[in-house]
Amino acid sequence: MTHLIDRRKFLHLAGIGGGVAFVSGLGFDVFAADGLTDGLDFYFVQLSDTHWGFKGEDKNPDAAGTLQKAVAAVNALDKQPDFVVFTGDLTHTTDDAQERRRRMAEFKAIVSELKVKQVKFIPGEHDASLDKGEAYQAFFGDLHYSFNHKGIHFIALDNVSDPAAQLGQAQLDWLKVDLQALAANTPIVVLTHRPLFDLYAKWDWTTRDGQQAIDLLMAFENVVVFYGHIHQEHHHVTGHIPHHAAKSLIFPLPAPGSVPKRVPIPWDSAKPYNGLGFRNIEAYPWKNYRIEEKAIIKGETL
Amino acid sequence: MNAYWKKCLLCLLLLTPLAATANAGPPVIVIKASKFLFQPSKIELKKGQTVILEFTSSDRMHGFSLPDFAVRADIEPGKPMRVSFTPDKAGSFAFRCDIFCGDGHEEMAGEIIVRDEG
Ligand SMILES: [Cu+2]
Ligand SMILES: [Zn+2]
Repeated sequence: MTHLIDRRKFLHLAGIGGGVAFVSGLGFDVFAADGLTDGLDFYFVQLSDTHWGFKGEDKNPDAAGTLQKAVAAVNALDKQPDFVVFTGDLTHTTDDAQERRRRMAEFKAIVSELKVKQVKFIPGEHDASLDKGEAYQAFFGDLHYSFNHKGIHFIALDNVSDPAAQLGQAQLDWLKVDLQALAANTPIVVLTHRPLFDLYAKWDWTTRDGQQAIDLLMAFENVVVFYGHIHQEHHHVTGHIPHHAAKSLIFPLPAPGSVPKRVPIPWDSAKPYNGLGFRNIEAYPWKNYRIEEKAIIKGETL
Repeated sequence: MNAYWKKCLLCLLLLTPLAATANAGPPVIVIKASKFLFQPSKIELKKGQTVILEFTSSDRMHGFSLPDFAVRADIEPGKPMRVSFTPDKAGSFAFRCDIFCGDGHEEMAGEIIVRDEG
């Protein structure tokens, strides 16, 4: 199998910087060690907070068309990813249980147009908080789970089906057991919706018992968390664990605490789809990940 | 509403010294939660004065979270919930519902204003 990008090109990209973040607790040297990544590198795509069913002309006049554009943009990627993950808020919340199911069915039909057939889902509070994930599970399967892919252990955590935004003891116990089987140097990627750490409690950008999950993960050398919920790119490190929030595909939110109120950033007709996007995540076991943010501009990617 | 609250607060303030000697406890401030607002949503307190916040819900489960003071409570319908609270710093502090309660959940918020004494 060939490398996704050769090292020369990679270093070139990393040098430019714009839109490309090199992510590693351990640095370049490991990446540069020949042979270590042979045959193992791959990439997946993270899409988040699509809020299918949202209506708000001033926030996104193309709310009924943005998801399809994102799907088309992923389909247009040169080399298709190994898999795609949606990190929550697939649908916009509704108090009407029937409407919730209708939105989920529509969402599912749209994303079934993805060329990649390996599609993973994670619930957001908009999908799962009002019925404890009942409808979500009927459409998208388990609320939390784990799987292995090319040497990386992926863990999907659910911090939303409890409306109090916590993982809960049962899931923490499950996580403990799931981790028990792993060697301390197993690369782990955690996928979740809300930040596991206290990003900004005043806006409820936190998971009440998220620290307990982080504590369990701390024993592992190579852990990275990809999440959504805050509708913007954000990078933070707790101990040796980086946490990367993804952009939304419906409307951006302001930076934590930058304005008095957590209200969506209005649509800018001069810059349509500004602040929206998805990301490619290239994985180089055993140590490194490279994030490439992808924008949607008039339905095309940057 | 505002005037009402000012009057209430005034009453509470006047009652405080009495309360202390009469062993009747600190003043009680009732906060009603319902989809998707707190009533009142603006509460004025005095620094250092202990109050009891009493939460009630008229419809479903809500939450009250005031991170600046690490105060939080579950608000269940039919179960008034009391929390003793002594603001130890002045300023304006946001609180919000932290139990996802539906469509307007994200806007369900309010503010506590703590004034320095004197
Ligand atoms: Cu969202
Ligand atoms: Zn969310």
